[in-house]
Amino acid sequence: MTANPQLNARGELTHLLDIEGLPASILWQILDTARSFVSIGEREVKKVPLLRGKSVFNLFFEASTRTRTTFEIAAKRLSADVINLNISTSSQNKGERVLDTVANLAAMNADLFVVRHAQSGAAHLIAKHVSPDIHVINAGDGRHEHPTQGLLDVFTIRHYKNEFSNLRVAIVGDVLHSRVARSQIHALARLGCPEIRAIGPRTLLPRDIGALGVHVYHDMAAGLKDVDVITMLRLQNERMQGPLLPSPQEFFKNYGLTPEKLAFARPDAIVLHPGPINRGVEIDSSVADGSQSVILPQVTFGIAIRMAVMSMVASS
Amino acid sequence: MTTRLPDAEALLQALAGQVGSAIRDNTALIGIHTGGVWLAERLHRDLELAVPLGTLDVNFYRDDFEQRGLRTQVRPSTIPFEVDGRDLILVDDVLYTGRTIRAAMNELFDYGRPASIRLATLIDRGGRELPIAPQFVGARVEVAFDQNIELTRDEHGRLTLKLSENTAAAGH
Repeated sequence: MTANPQLNARGELTHLLDIEGLPASILWQILDTARSFVSIGEREVKKVPLLRGKSVFNLFFEASTRTRTTFEIAAKRLSADVINLNISTSSQNKGERVLDTVANLAAMNADLFVVRHAQSGAAHLIAKHVSPDIHVINAGDGRHEHPTQGLLDVFTIRHYKNEFSNLRVAIVGDVLHSRVARSQIHALARLGCPEIRAIGPRTLLPRDIGALGVHVYHDMAAGLKDVDVITMLRLQNERMQGPLLPSPQEFFKNYGLTPEKLAFARPDAIVLHPGPINRGVEIDSSVADGSQSVILPQVTFGIAIRMAVMSMVASS
Repeated sequence: MTTRLPDAEALLQALAGQVGSAIRDNTALIGIHTGGVWLAERLHRDLELAVPLGTLDVNFYRDDFEQRGLRTQVRPSTIPFEVDGRDLILVDDVLYTGRTIRAAMNELFDYGRPASIRLATLIDRGGRELPIAPQFVGARVEVAFDQNIELTRDEHGRLTLKLSENTAAAGH
C-alpha cells in the first residue's frame, strides 16, 4: 500500500493536497477545528499565538486575490509571519524551475507553503520534494482540486443545515473546468451526502462525472427540484467566447440562477458561490444579494477553515 | 503512593466561602474549560453574582501546541462583559504546573486590561513550573508525578474528584 502523502505516520494531517485522498475522520476534524476558530474573527484582538514564529509563504504561480488574501488573513490571525510571492511575475519569468524556486524559499527557513498553480499536481510535486518539517497546502492546482474551498463550502453547508445525511446538493455551471466543484463533490460524498447533482450544458460537464456518484441534469427545473443547497460555479471569461458556450446571455438564460429558477428548490435552500461572481451570467443580483444567499458567510468561514488547516498541519 | 482525594462538593463549599468574601461590584468570575467552568457555574449561582459568567478555552494559547497538537473540540471563549478595569477571578479545577493559568492570562489580555486577576482552584497539587500562586484554594493534595487528578460531573451535576494515570506525564 502506498503511504498517503497528506498524512504522517501517526495519521495526522501534514499536507493538504486534495480532498480525494483524505479519510472522513480528517475532514470532520478540520470542520470541527474550524468551528472553534470562527469566534476569533469576532473578537477585538483577532489573533491567537498558535503559529507565532512560523513563516508562511504564499506561493502563487497563478493570479488570485481572494484566495491569497484569505490565506494571508488566516496565517496572520494565527500570528505567523506571511510572505506573499506572486511568482508568475518574477522567477518563473526568468526561467527558474518550480522546484528550484521552492528550494530557495525552503533555504529561507519556510515552515509552510500555500501553493496556487495552473498545473494539476503542482502542490503534490512540491510536497514530495520538501523536507518533512515543511508543510504544503494546495490553494488550487489546475483543474484538479481546491481543497480549502471545498472544505469551506461544506463547512457553510453544515453551519446552515447541521448535517449532510439528508441533503440534496446541486452544483451548477462549468463543472468540467472547476477544481472547486471537484473538491466539493469529494468532500460531500465522503461526509455522507446522499444526493449530489451536477447541472449544466453537456459541454461543461465531465463525461465521467457519474463515476463519482453524481447525478447529471441539463435542465435547471429538473435539477433544482427540491434541493437543499445550490452551488453556482464561476464561468470564466475565456469560456464565454469559446466553442463550449454560445454566449454569456444564452448561458444566463438557461443556467443563470434567477428567483424563478431558485423557486424550484426547497424554500429554505441556501445558495453558495466560490466568488468572484459574474452578476447576470451565473447568478442574478437579486439572488446573490437575497436572503437565501450565503456567499459572504462563505468568505468569513473560509478564513476559519484555513486557520484550522494551517494549525493542524503545523502541529503534526 | 496511595492518595485519598477529598470530597469535591465539600471543597466547593469551602471555596465558595473564600471567593464570596472577596466579591465586589465589579468582580467577574471566569471558568477555564472544562472543570473550571463547572465550578465557576456553581460559584456564580451560589454567590448570586450580577456580572455574567465568563468562560475560557485556552487551547489556542497553550505553549505545548506543537507537542500535543490541537484539540478539535475547542469551545469558544465567552467573555460577556468589559474586561478593562475589572477585578477578575479565574476558576480552575486543578492547579499543577501553572501553564494553563499563564495561557488563560495571555488570552484575557487579548480582551482588555483587567484591574486585577486572582485565581481560585479546587485542588492545588503543587509541581509549579511558573511563578503562579492561587489566592483561593479548596485543598492542597500531593499525588505521584504519573497520576492526574480529574474532576468529573454526573448527570445530576454532582462533582467528584478522581485519580487517573497520566500517560503523557505532562503538566496540567
